[in-house]
Amino acid sequence: MQVNIRNDPIAVREGLAALLASPEMNGLEHGARSKAEIVLAEVLNNIVEHAYAGRVGDICVNLQRHAEGVFVVVSDEGQPFPNEELPKGTLPQIEATDDLPEGGFGWFLIRTLVRGLTYQRTEAGNYVSFWLPA
Amino acid sequence: MNLTAEAHDDLLVVTVNENRIDAASAIQFKERMREVSQDTSGRVLLDLSKVDFLDSSGLGAVVGVMKLLGPAHELELAGLTPTVAKVFRLTRMDTVFTIHPTLPDGLRKAG
Repeated sequence: MQVNIRNDPIAVREGLAALLASPEMNGLEHGARSKAEIVLAEVLNNIVEHAYAGRVGDICVNLQRHAEGVFVVVSDEGQPFPNEELPKGTLPQIEATDDLPEGGFGWFLIRTLVRGLTYQRTEAGNYVSFWLPA
Repeated sequence: MNLTAEAHDDLLVVTVNENRIDAASAIQFKERMREVSQDTSGRVLLDLSKVDFLDSSGLGAVVGVMKLLGPAHELELAGLTPTVAKVFRLTRMDTVFTIHPTLPDGLRKAG
């Protein structure tokens, strides 16, 4: 199935609910669904905050169910990633408790929870694909 | 962002009456936490048992609340649901907070 999501945080919340209710996601067991929700939320929020950053545009999410999991392609027409590379997603260091990181967890979570992550930048925009394991 | 705060001696118990702390609500969460905890004298216990989902923005907001409360008002967490617990565990933030499986005895509301 394919879902188009307007790029604002409330629309992302509704879009996530639609994606999780899809037949493609229904076969996943509880733990895998919960990981899928975390990953999709991080990918979509990242597009709202960075690729579009206030500009108007849609996010398109395509889901395909296979035996090994759900194959996801997310596309947008926003700005490319810096250097046209996905963020490394290194876990922010936890040091003194008065200097704890309040951000930088998103790509760490995505990279930890998916397989086969790819990124392509074309004239039309950004294409990120990955597997959500079953 | 619906929060309820109840003072128990030197402990302020704050219950989040929402099922998500996400990018759409993280800023309001932090603001409401600031409001309900500004007059408190001791520790703050955040009851997350109604929160099914927290993303990295929500996690950042919880960390932000801990920092704004400062060392005089330790922030403890209770009632993490499975997805929320997973986000804390994966990011190692479970090592930063005191996390209670449920609200300690005597603080649970009857019924």
